[in-house]
Amino acid sequence: MFSNFDYDVIWRSLPYLFQQGMAFTLTLTAIATVFGLILGTLIAMMRLSSSAVLSGFAVSYVNLMRSLPLVLVIFLFYFLMPYVGQWIIRSDQPVQVGAYASTIVTFTLFEAAYFSEIMRAGIQSVPRGQVMAGYAIGLNYREVMRHVVLPQAFRNMLPVIFTQTIVLFQDTSLVYVLSITDFLGAASKVAQRDGRLTEMYLFAALVYFLICFTASFFVKRLQKRISIIR
Amino acid sequence: MPMITIEKVSKWYNPQFQVLKNCTTAVEKGEVVVVCGPSGSGKSTLIKTVNALEPVQAGTIMVDGLNVTTMKKDLPKLRSRVGMVFQHFELFPHLKIVENLCLGQTIVLGRSEDAAKAKAMKMLERVGLTAHAQKYPGQLSGGQQQRVAIARALVMDPICMLFDEPTSALDPEMINEVLDVMVELAKEGMTMMVVTHEMGFAKKVANRVIFMDAGEIVEDAQKEDFFGHPRSDRAQQFLSKILSH
Repeated sequence: MFSNFDYDVIWRSLPYLFQQGMAFTLTLTAIATVFGLILGTLIAMMRLSSSAVLSGFAVSYVNLMRSLPLVLVIFLFYFLMPYVGQWIIRSDQPVQVGAYASTIVTFTLFEAAYFSEIMRAGIQSVPRGQVMAGYAIGLNYREVMRHVVLPQAFRNMLPVIFTQTIVLFQDTSLVYVLSITDFLGAASKVAQRDGRLTEMYLFAALVYFLICFTASFFVKRLQKRISIIR
Repeated sequence: MPMITIEKVSKWYNPQFQVLKNCTTAVEKGEVVVVCGPSGSGKSTLIKTVNALEPVQAGTIMVDGLNVTTMKKDLPKLRSRVGMVFQHFELFPHLKIVENLCLGQTIVLGRSEDAAKAKAMKMLERVGLTAHAQKYPGQLSGGQQQRVAIARALVMDPICMLFDEPTSALDPEMINEVLDVMVELAKEGMTMMVVTHEMGFAKKVANRVIFMDAGEIVEDAQKEDFFGHPRSDRAQQFLSKILSH
């Protein structure tokens, strides 16, 4: 049944698929993970702070982001950001942001909401008695955080952070709605041009599967290695 | 001057719920004081106020001549001199046993790695756990973990020790190994304040017994008087309940 498949189309388009498509997919994943983690940590700290204003803002932000489909947010930001830019720099016309910049900002802001929840859960997973024990031997707040709470929180949340990054890697394919050439976008363009839809989509699926499956495997191994003996 | 002075201490969790009501007592240097009472009587809260793990709203607590209730910046330093043992051990699960014993020494007391390690091994030998130095807390039994917790407090060279129900979370067969270490400490003249239901321990090593009920210190008496003829009805009832079997 696969006799009329043309595998050559895959070979021919490999440089394009990886050098352009996969390069963007990986860049977007990396940038959104790094900045999403930084922003997410800030949001988690706001959420855990005693200030009602800060924690209220953090809760609203997280709830808003988690209640909207990612595709919708991608669209929304793409169409909204020129006007936000216009308002910020007080220009008399909408600022052209471009699809690439727009998706990077969108994914960062969107992932920050998810990462902040992982961070918060990680910090809260450390029992209060541990904090007490740290204080009891004479550590101050900063030292308790650094030597007692965060090392334990980090072990609890690291596998979840990696798993979320794998999900993010898959989600980046949604940028096709802005006609961006990510890995799936590149495969799709070749598929349409050469009329080889089945081959290209099968190949794309295989690549996504191999990368995610391998990454998940390593996350599981890591989880075993760093887990705390209880 | 007593080692620990607790004077007219009151604490509220919220305006409706007062956990400590005007508590006054003192612990002399070298004295062993057992605090007992029904659950919810405020005894654990009282002992945690001594090193300011629980803040109080009224009254004064002095440790070694220093006012703990008004202390802010020097609080960590004072806490490092007051050993504390918790009901649920609270060893740091991500650190090896020896690292658990070194953390406070290196960070708070500024001892070198080597000096801290040497001290840690000495204390582990004392509680009979040298062989477990490189293990993690989760690999030890409850009794062993609690002995490590005592060692973790002792490496700091404390001027007094606070025990918050140190044996209540242990299986019965492990209670004695922990009590033995505590008896040993008491014999050496360590000042100790111990919240416990172990009346055998109280009879054996305590100088005084404090009985609490509903946030109040109902009775504060020499051991012989407390077990011989408790004055209050509440203490009598409590004793008859826990000593009847």
